[in-house]
Amino acid sequence: MHSAARFEAPLPARVNARSPLHHRRRGKGGHRQRPACLGTTWRRWSDVTRGRGRRSGEGNDSETGSGSGLISGSGRAAASAAAAMSVNADLRRERAAATFQPELLTHVLDGGPERTRRRKEIEALVLNDPDFQHEDLNFLSRSQRYEQAIRKSSLMVMKLREYGIADPEEIYWFKRTCLGNFPEPLGLHFSMFHKTIETQTSDAQKEKWLPLVREVKIVGTYAQTEMGHGTHLRGLETTATYDPSTQEFILNSPTVTSIKWWPGGLGKTSNHAIVLAQLYTQGQCKGLHAFIVPIRQLGTHEPLPGITVGDIGPKFGYDEMDNGYLKMDNFRIPRENMLMKYAQVEPDGTYVKPVSDKLTYGTMVFIRSLIVGDSARSLSRACTIAIRYSAVRHQSELKPGEPEPQILDYQTQQYKLFPLLATAYAFHFVGAYIKDTYNRISGDISKGDLSELPELHALTAGLKAFTSWTANAGIEECRMACGGHGYSRCSGIPDIYVTFTPSCTYEGENTVMMLQTARFLMKSYTQVTSGQQVSGMVSYLNDLPRQRIQPQHVAARTVTVRINDPTSLVEAYKSRAARLVESAAKNLQAELTHRKSKEDAWNRTSVDLVRASEAHCHYVVVKLFTAKLAEVGDTAVRAVLTELCLLYALFGISRNAGDFLQAGILTSAQITQVNQHVKELLAVIRPNAVALVDSFDFHDVHLGSVLGRYDGNVYENMFEWAKKSPLNKTQVHESYHKHLKPMQAKL
Amino acid sequence: MALLETSKHSQGSVLGSMNPDLSSERQTASFSVEKLTALLDGGAEQTRIRRAVVEAIESDPVFSRENQYFQTQNERYEAAVRKAVHLQKKMHEMGWTENGPEYKYIYRALSGDVAFLLHRVFMRSISVLGSDKQIAKWIPLATQHKLIGSYAQTELGHGTYLQGLETTAVFDTATQEFILNTPKISAMKWWPGDMGRSATHTVVFAQLYIRGKCYGIHPFIVQIRSLQDHSPCPGITVGDIGPKMNFEHIDNGYLLLKNVRIPRENMLSKFCEVQPDGTYVRQGSQKINYFTMTTVRISLISDEVLTPLMKACTIAIRYSVVRRQSKLKPGEQEAKILDYQTQQEKLLPQLAAAYAFHFTNDYLQELFNRGYREIQRKNFDMLPELHALSSGFKAVITQHCTAGVEICLRACGGHGYSLLSGLPSLYTKILASCIYEGENTILLLQTARFLIKCFMAARAGQPVPPSVTYLAAVKHGKCPAKNKLDFLGPDIYTEAYQHVAVRLTSSTAAKLQDLIQSGVKKHDAWNQCTVQLVQAAKAHCHYIAVKNFAETVEKLETKAGIQKIMKHLCDLFALHGIFSNTGAFLHDGYTSAAQMDMVTASYLDLLAVIRKDAVPLVDAFDFTDQSLNSALGSYDGQVYQHLYEWAQKSPTNQMSPAYERYLKPLLHNTLSKL
Repeated sequence: MHSAARFEAPLPARVNARSPLHHRRRGKGGHRQRPACLGTTWRRWSDVTRGRGRRSGEGNDSETGSGSGLISGSGRAAASAAAAMSVNADLRRERAAATFQPELLTHVLDGGPERTRRRKEIEALVLNDPDFQHEDLNFLSRSQRYEQAIRKSSLMVMKLREYGIADPEEIYWFKRTCLGNFPEPLGLHFSMFHKTIETQTSDAQKEKWLPLVREVKIVGTYAQTEMGHGTHLRGLETTATYDPSTQEFILNSPTVTSIKWWPGGLGKTSNHAIVLAQLYTQGQCKGLHAFIVPIRQLGTHEPLPGITVGDIGPKFGYDEMDNGYLKMDNFRIPRENMLMKYAQVEPDGTYVKPVSDKLTYGTMVFIRSLIVGDSARSLSRACTIAIRYSAVRHQSELKPGEPEPQILDYQTQQYKLFPLLATAYAFHFVGAYIKDTYNRISGDISKGDLSELPELHALTAGLKAFTSWTANAGIEECRMACGGHGYSRCSGIPDIYVTFTPSCTYEGENTVMMLQTARFLMKSYTQVTSGQQVSGMVSYLNDLPRQRIQPQHVAARTVTVRINDPTSLVEAYKSRAARLVESAAKNLQAELTHRKSKEDAWNRTSVDLVRASEAHCHYVVVKLFTAKLAEVGDTAVRAVLTELCLLYALFGISRNAGDFLQAGILTSAQITQVNQHVKELLAVIRPNAVALVDSFDFHDVHLGSVLGRYDGNVYENMFEWAKKSPLNKTQVHESYHKHLKPMQAKL
Repeated sequence: MALLETSKHSQGSVLGSMNPDLSSERQTASFSVEKLTALLDGGAEQTRIRRAVVEAIESDPVFSRENQYFQTQNERYEAAVRKAVHLQKKMHEMGWTENGPEYKYIYRALSGDVAFLLHRVFMRSISVLGSDKQIAKWIPLATQHKLIGSYAQTELGHGTYLQGLETTAVFDTATQEFILNTPKISAMKWWPGDMGRSATHTVVFAQLYIRGKCYGIHPFIVQIRSLQDHSPCPGITVGDIGPKMNFEHIDNGYLLLKNVRIPRENMLSKFCEVQPDGTYVRQGSQKINYFTMTTVRISLISDEVLTPLMKACTIAIRYSVVRRQSKLKPGEQEAKILDYQTQQEKLLPQLAAAYAFHFTNDYLQELFNRGYREIQRKNFDMLPELHALSSGFKAVITQHCTAGVEICLRACGGHGYSLLSGLPSLYTKILASCIYEGENTILLLQTARFLIKCFMAARAGQPVPPSVTYLAAVKHGKCPAKNKLDFLGPDIYTEAYQHVAVRLTSSTAAKLQDLIQSGVKKHDAWNQCTVQLVQAAKAHCHYIAVKNFAETVEKLETKAGIQKIMKHLCDLFALHGIFSNTGAFLHDGYTSAAQMDMVTASYLDLLAVIRKDAVPLVDAFDFTDQSLNSALGSYDGQVYQHLYEWAQKSPTNQMSPAYERYLKPLLHNTLSKL
């Protein structure tokens, strides 16, 4: 049931929330932007991001650009430098028309002006550093991209030391600006490998390994997933058999399916791995345990005898990551290489059981909560690109005889993009909420008080799935909204998509996650029906028995839903969740009475259960977004966030109208009103759309997109970018001489 | 099945034997797979011809795609050119001709991985838009590949909206030439296939100017590269537009024209001509041209849209019976993931959609053939309907199938993200279909315009085309279903779809009228209703797809179990559509809340029924292992072995310089040397 760690995303420390967050980020390379390379105008960062520079209408003054900087580390000013110097007139107009100050909203997202300031300071360190510039990654082969990534990893180690940056969040800011949105092959070394050794070893082991890890004398990864098993951990097949005569463990990959498969950095980079294997001692299987396994010779980097290791080949994205395979044949490691903080194997082979393994529970909460934040950021990036481009692109006609309008003026385009923009904001606040909650209770966890953990665990599993599914689809919608050019790599959206989309699978496959949440919901429902009260986000279930006394309750309540009031909409979502939880519970009960096996009944209800979890998560998101509004001080910012919150909630109702109708929460007439109001909100949000994406405050380097450039000079820069395509290296392609000419000669 | 010998993919070791988890699925098929394949092909004889073509192509190593996932853009391009050249030879060898029965299977057999596809578009546009004289001059040259053509319509700044194109062609009476120019950056031709590196000629669409007056968009044949050394002609800047999500093998290009002069005879002049003195003459009816463009939209459905979805279903469903994960019952073996209801709920509706749209495509093809016959008899009455159907279905089918392929990808767990699964490239390829040949939203709005027009006409008692006569019938009934089995009746669900389509069209029409009557300008009113209009157009197409599937099932032969299984798929397709869009069916109370629970129950029951035939249903698509090019989807089900052996061939498994250059200094703490 545990996390899949598809790309072996790191396991953070059990307590202190801050540090694991950012270590893990590095690890997964979760946030990648194309560094200092593509589509960057080297304008002065402070100017660009200050309201003054942005909104003055003289935006071109804020550019101190040294060229259109399409690509190129060399900083060669491209031919269209002059054009790139000024901000596109449409974008200037959009920015001038905003009703609020974007930087104030940026502060809300960052968690205060001071944090915004520090973030920019760190980002500037990378942006102004010529060492981090390089050729556009789009034009490199996979092997070249891997090499670039290794180069950057090594550089970052050096630079971070040089600058004395040690705070995990600051490291994360630094790295994501440097890496762009791409992963780094050493990511798992810094995260999972380091953290696991820190948290799961005995003191003697710590003393031996930690200095080697910290000083990067060895490079490690975390090898859990196998070819045949992912999310279902108990099914892993790798064995570690203890041999008391030599005091060694003998590691084996007994079947093809037991080959370790996917761990990041395993293919080419690491010389050590933490391997999860079924422990056998004294003829008995003791379940999964972790072992430190050297895999490559120090010095030569050649695989050790008994080790077969390599890269698993090309993937959908993750080009810089050497996700690897590992096959072990009677490979022996000393007894001391088993991680012994909890379970132990004594020299004679006696197995000593761990006291508790509940702490890993907290870890999973944490990892999954990070994906929620990741969903928000990836979707925000895609929205930024699509909305800026839609303000620059003119097409067709709205009014006969008038110039072609910006495509953002078409209702269908707004309908595609603005609900996603609202969703991106919603997910930001949800991500922050989970992080804060985890921080709040992490102290209790370390003291052994795990009372709040089950709910948070259930909630994050579901929200991980809910937000990553939504963001995944949303990113694609943004790409489609950019027409043909969205399909070009220069739009940057394909990269955002391919990097983000695996998060639907890693750290726990989404459907399995939804079913975990459902399990908690069913448990809570059973408690309520047996007369107990439940607390927290599921407390709405407490109302169910009372409601059942009056069968018409919901219908009677319909009139009370006020579609202009977020608080009232929260209630509507609550009713929907309650209804779907109840209906899934009843269906489950019905299956149970018809069938013998619990598992079978569960399986036959699982589609309903997933729906119930989704409704629950949807309610939580609407609730948290609504709650956030009260915390925003600036009136103008609050107003625009309230519009987004309403749009988010109403659009969700419109899309899931069936649930609200079927449960009698809303009438058909009200649904018609909701649909109408959604369209009105699109028009209300339209003037602020560009300012709302500016507030995410992504540097062009973070976006890696020609279409989403801050200055909006899209077409000139597409041309500059295309000229660098590898097919354009020579004026006449070699295929002409090899194939075309001979064919024409023969015919 | 003859083609699916496992030996073909065997690479020694454990391979060559059939995975028992797959063979057991095949033993229990409720119908004849071979008969279903023949049905899909349109007859056993067609199946035979198709297999012969596939066999000839796949046995030729030049056409192998085994390495394609490892290749760079340059390598992919070169391979595609090599294949295109080799194909000429192959066709000659095999005696295949462009008018022969084999021709249509070649592209499928190559999985589209071949260059010079735009060459055919070039030829077609000359045949359709050129005068007899022009056809006589250019077509033989093109046929013999004395030149390589492309088709340059889309520009950096304009795509679907053709009137907005900015390239200019100014007629110069003195020299009897057109002078072509790219007046600004957004006017640069951008995207045309085969133009970046290969083409020597292209059909350029430009605004025609004569004596300062603009006559709108016209096609011109422009030579862009030397026939001697392939270098760009004077005034021409041409190149590749850079990497895309897919189509690495195609050199989509850009083209900048600077005072490029072409003879007057190079304007394609079947319909419009510029005479030597600059007089502009229109001739004949453009309607045939219009029909041709409409035809292109549906001609892509089979190869570019249905085939990828069918392949994705084949891969995901086969993998889902080989992959075992977790336990359904304590003490038992781990379960096949296809036995999980949630997995069935992801994959089986996609399978049903693949079949549904296959039959929709048959329906459209037949309609277009009829349309073509009418048009030859100078009867153009069918045109608006054909246009509306082709626009709407192009949008609906591409969108649906693209989403379906992505669902298949994500249903394969982590391995789906490996390129070796074949799924990522199927996805990135099919999704382009949502954009080319007309952006989907715009196409749906064109269908909606037709619907609104027909709705008004129908309500006024005027005759309307057959596909929309249902709009005339105003019914305010309720769904008559009484129990969940009733929802397995095609009449019940077809009626429900019809009701929704009528409701959405009529309510949008009413809204439009209200807005206009309240003083809103027509175009503003239209823009304010576009979200609803899109929904109406989708509902219309969905209704026709369901109705057509149900009617097709009725006509199938009852033998060999085919009709029965197709009926199940039809039911699933219809009920899945209701289940995933309950709001539309509950709205206005046509379907009650209790009935919606029946729909859900019936729908979930069907999943378990179709589950049993899932593997035979994808086997019937009859894809060879080579055409699937997937480690997860091979016929023998030896998934893990294929994955392991294939991965070892990855170029990344050659020693990378990264270790010596960067890793070693890092490990040895000599970072400062970096």
